[in-house]
Amino acid sequence: MSVQIKYRIGKSTAFKGLIIFLACISILPLLAILFYIIKEGLTKINWHFLTHIPKPVGEVGGGIANALLGSFLIVLVASVIAIPIGILCGIYLSENKTSKLAYWSRLAVDILQGIPSIVIGIVIYFWLVKPLGGFSALSGSIALAIMMLPILVRSTEETLKMLPPSLKEAALALGMPYHRVMLKVILPCGISGILSGIMLSIARVAGETAPLLFTAFGNPFLSSNIFRPMQSLPLLIFNYATSPYDDWHDLAWGASLVLLMWVLLLNIITKITTRRWNIQL
Amino acid sequence: METNSNNSAITRKQPMLRVINIKTPEILKLKRIKRSYRHIKAENVFRRVLFTMALLMLVIVAGIALTLTVESIPSLKALGVSYLWGKVWDPVADVYGAFPFLLGTLLTSFLALIISIPFSFGIAIFLGEYYPKGWFSNLIKNTVELIAAVPSVIYGFWGLFVLVPIVRAFESKIGVTPYGIGIFSSALILSIMIIPYAASMGREMIRMVPSQLKEGAYSLGATRYEVMRSIVLPYTKSGLFAGVLLSLGRALGETMAVTMVIGNTSLIPKSIFAPGNTMASVIANEFTEADRTVYLSALIELGLVLFLVTVVINMIGKRIIKRFTND
Repeated sequence: MSVQIKYRIGKSTAFKGLIIFLACISILPLLAILFYIIKEGLTKINWHFLTHIPKPVGEVGGGIANALLGSFLIVLVASVIAIPIGILCGIYLSENKTSKLAYWSRLAVDILQGIPSIVIGIVIYFWLVKPLGGFSALSGSIALAIMMLPILVRSTEETLKMLPPSLKEAALALGMPYHRVMLKVILPCGISGILSGIMLSIARVAGETAPLLFTAFGNPFLSSNIFRPMQSLPLLIFNYATSPYDDWHDLAWGASLVLLMWVLLLNIITKITTRRWNIQL
Repeated sequence: METNSNNSAITRKQPMLRVINIKTPEILKLKRIKRSYRHIKAENVFRRVLFTMALLMLVIVAGIALTLTVESIPSLKALGVSYLWGKVWDPVADVYGAFPFLLGTLLTSFLALIISIPFSFGIAIFLGEYYPKGWFSNLIKNTVELIAAVPSVIYGFWGLFVLVPIVRAFESKIGVTPYGIGIFSSALILSIMIIPYAASMGREMIRMVPSQLKEGAYSLGATRYEVMRSIVLPYTKSGLFAGVLLSLGRALGETMAVTMVIGNTSLIPKSIFAPGNTMASVIANEFTEADRTVYLSALIELGLVLFLVTVVINMIGKRIIKRFTND
């Protein structure tokens, strides 16, 4: 072999090595974050931590019950608002592929996906918080619902597109009215894809802080009134992590672990179901 | 009116019903007409609901744009366009200039891009070309996708307690003021957060390179590196660029992680190690304390700029991807 060929092969091997090295390096940060959060958080989590509200600085104990309840309620209300809208819009887009409204609506969904979350927070502040005269969990839910919409619409549209058209034709040929065909035949056939879209969208908004800063605002006490300010896990982490007190940092570490586990679990379940049903999102 | 529409709905179905009528008893016929009328009505309602939902997306986006514009009018009137390059931001003295935040946003985002590009392209090539299948590539692929799933407030928290001390030690070693927090730390955190976007896009693009092109190059005696350089890279250039644009859009709008580690001062950063502020982080910090109309409106104008910039960047990126996948 000539020197030049050896040089070229060597270069190729070195490149391959570099690529493998870069790929391996880039999963390190995630492992580091997981490791650190688990290490710091695991010692703080116990039954007391999950069922009590935070104590003032200086007192021992205290937990994140208010944030857990608040996160759950805010995300629940957001899902109740966003899921029907997102699925129906997805049905429209998959049924009317070429209409003018579908084109503009798709564009709007694309734009919505790219809007920074803090901007949505500002806008909801002017739509709901100011007219209603105060911060409320409901306004936070609506901000999160707007952020869920793009994923829901996209996953519904993509899933329904992949179903064979003969399915719809057969149902229509049997004399079923259009809405029944859509809701009773087409949707159940694509339910796995739509469900994973729902879970993905919940996982995306469960960790969102920025849109809640000016809407749900946070609340140190246990509250289940959605027309009043409410605490949520990401808000609690943000407020306590940036505070100067060690007690509060401990609370924030525990809350981080709970939030991280919740979000990662949702993502992993989604991944498993999508692989099982072979869905592209 | 009600009977009118009733009649018209039935007449549409008239020919079919007449065929049925021949042998149907009167009572059954009435029932059938009633049912089909009900179905047609429900169908129309359903179609209208679908239409409304699709329209709602447009209304939301238009509403967001409109609200931001209307609410930033007071600052546009009071401060004019020069607001964007005013160098001083001092709400106490009623002086507003957005330049420190524009600079902070651009510095953190582009620094983060520069740091993350080798890694995201590395992952893209690794998954798209070298190891498209197998447990190891699955591991890397899933881990990288999980990077995008971690909430940004957790990146900020981790950055504040783990990354900032490391950066501080690094800064005192190279002899700059060891703040720890600042532009550089934010860029590091951001670069981790945006790796998945360019990586998954790049992987899709590299997979789409026609194998005939690569096989042709191999048969001429090219090494793998040469195939990557002279076939795959030119072919996927625009797609990779689109992936970078999408991650840039992410980086520009990222709020929480940056807010927690950037230091939040409204002075123009003197170096990349100094603390600063981005557009998103100044909104997050000062929105609830803004007590004067012009102050609040100036913050919203920052939001408007952020909105416009990210929309344009995302649109260009999506357009490139669409053209690429259609070819």
